[in-house]
Amino acid sequence: MSAPVLALDDVSIRYPGAPAAAVRNVSFEIGTGETLGIVGESGSGKSTLAAAMMGLLPSGSTVTGGLRFEGRDLFGQMTERELRQLRGRDIATIAQDPFTALNPVMKIGRQLDIFQHWYHDRPRAERKARILKMLEQVRLSDPGVRMQQYPHQLSGGILQRVSIAAALLAEPKLLIADEPTTALDATTEAQILGIMAEAKETLRGATVFITHDMSVVERLCDRIAVLYAGELVETGTVAEVLKDPRHPYTKALLECDPARIEEPTSELPTIGGTVPALDDRPAGCIFEPRCPSAVAHCRAEAPKRHDLGPRQSAACHLVTP
Amino acid sequence: MTDQTAAAPRALKAERYATLRRLLGTPTGAIASLVVAAFVIAALAAPWVAPYDPNAIDPINRMQGPSAAHWLGTDQLGRDLLSRIVFGTRTALYIALTGTGAALGVGMAMGMIAGLGGKILDSALVLLNDSIKSLPLVLFALALVTIYGASVPALIVIIAISMAPGYFRVVRNQVLVLNNADFIVAAQSMGASRIRLAATHMLPNLIGPILVLIAMDIPAVIGIESGLSFLGQGIQPPQSSWGNMLSEGYTYVRQAPHIAIAAGLPIVLSTIAFTFLGETLRDALDPRRAVRT
Repeated sequence: MSAPVLALDDVSIRYPGAPAAAVRNVSFEIGTGETLGIVGESGSGKSTLAAAMMGLLPSGSTVTGGLRFEGRDLFGQMTERELRQLRGRDIATIAQDPFTALNPVMKIGRQLDIFQHWYHDRPRAERKARILKMLEQVRLSDPGVRMQQYPHQLSGGILQRVSIAAALLAEPKLLIADEPTTALDATTEAQILGIMAEAKETLRGATVFITHDMSVVERLCDRIAVLYAGELVETGTVAEVLKDPRHPYTKALLECDPARIEEPTSELPTIGGTVPALDDRPAGCIFEPRCPSAVAHCRAEAPKRHDLGPRQSAACHLVTP
Repeated sequence: MTDQTAAAPRALKAERYATLRRLLGTPTGAIASLVVAAFVIAALAAPWVAPYDPNAIDPINRMQGPSAAHWLGTDQLGRDLLSRIVFGTRTALYIALTGTGAALGVGMAMGMIAGLGGKILDSALVLLNDSIKSLPLVLFALALVTIYGASVPALIVIIAISMAPGYFRVVRNQVLVLNNADFIVAAQSMGASRIRLAATHMLPNLIGPILVLIAMDIPAVIGIESGLSFLGQGIQPPQSSWGNMLSEGYTYVRQAPHIAIAAGLPIVLSTIAFTFLGETLRDALDPRRAVRT
């Protein structure tokens, strides 16, 4: 792997007034050309991490550890102004819900033009050509017509294509997609994932894909980071982790993936219990209350991360290399 | 996404004038727009529209009822009432536009600062605007006129002060809602600065509600001007205003009721027209209501 685009080193994030940190001691790296899938249930800290990667946490949040983009710490060394210049140029995002992510009173073409505001020294015709080319790349029919329309006139699938185009127009070194398909129906989701896969090819940089869908990870990502209640429980290459999950939580997640169930059942498997609340974290292993294979030791002591080969690691007492 | 592609270019052309079509498409909207347009034309072209000099005295023909020569009759000095109303329109609309414009400027600036600035600034501005709002308008206006004298600039200042809190409130609330809107956060994550956020992304979302408020405020301002002029504290004779004409007509209401009626007519008509224009405008401006007929 070349020098990482983004490197997280023991990052903990705490929101102002919160009883505990929303993200704790998370470390991973993303290299150029790599796609990292971050998976986890609701409330596992995925979106907090995404916001942190853009330097967009609410004011008053405390961040410890190092969150470095191309070697520069986003929360130590950079001013708000420098952060802003990163966003939309080096780091771009695709939002979760395309219906609300676009300004309702502005035509698509104008919004896309505004989104490439770092390129505003170029002539208008060139900017328009870039937009048209990008809309074609995300396989939008009649790009010229779409540019003259308002968001409410378009369907979710088209809007999400527009959002993807907006992010790609920035030619980012880091693209963050925060559950870009959750608001869409299954057919549209498949199309959008296809476009995302193509878009990654044209991108010079790295991609972070936040999702709770294992099949999306399998299809799009090179590496995976499994988050549970704000902690990184397992990470590794997608091939390794999906073939041989080591952490009980990863195993449970995979068992719940409908695409992986081979025999017809009348009941979908679930993981019993819920993610512990921020102020009610267990003293030992964070997953112990819901873990099917927990032993007495798990309750007493939090597990360390065990390296399982060059790229894979898991935080569980039961894991042995 | 394969539908509507063939018909799209035609639909686009129609889209361009959609707001206007929706505004004029309803009977209320069409009639209100027509009446407002008539008032505006009368104000702009007053010297050409008015059949007589509004201040020309004709003692022989005083207090005459409507006739072919004087459509609305004459007042106690023999001046043509129609001509005076036409020039009064000029006064009314001039004060309405400048007063509302000043209120809009002040209110919007304060609203933006309150919505985007810190908590302390916000609380201070809310307190200031609520205090102004709590003043009894007529007494406040009379007090100011007593101190500074009755004049057109004084009227405009009074209107600006009393109307600004309305714009402040609308703009501040809208900005507070927009602060957390996904598309604003999205724009922020694409590197937009605070000024860019306010000017490029928020302002277009404010235009609709503000236009509606303006249309609703104009009749209120006309009411203030007429009211103060009626009390002798607004526009001073001989300059004609609907309010001072009403006041003069009121004196002779037993001998010549047509004077008061003629002066009251434009006040009522303009108030109704602007109010209905505002209501239809509210429906027509919202692009999300485009599907509605």
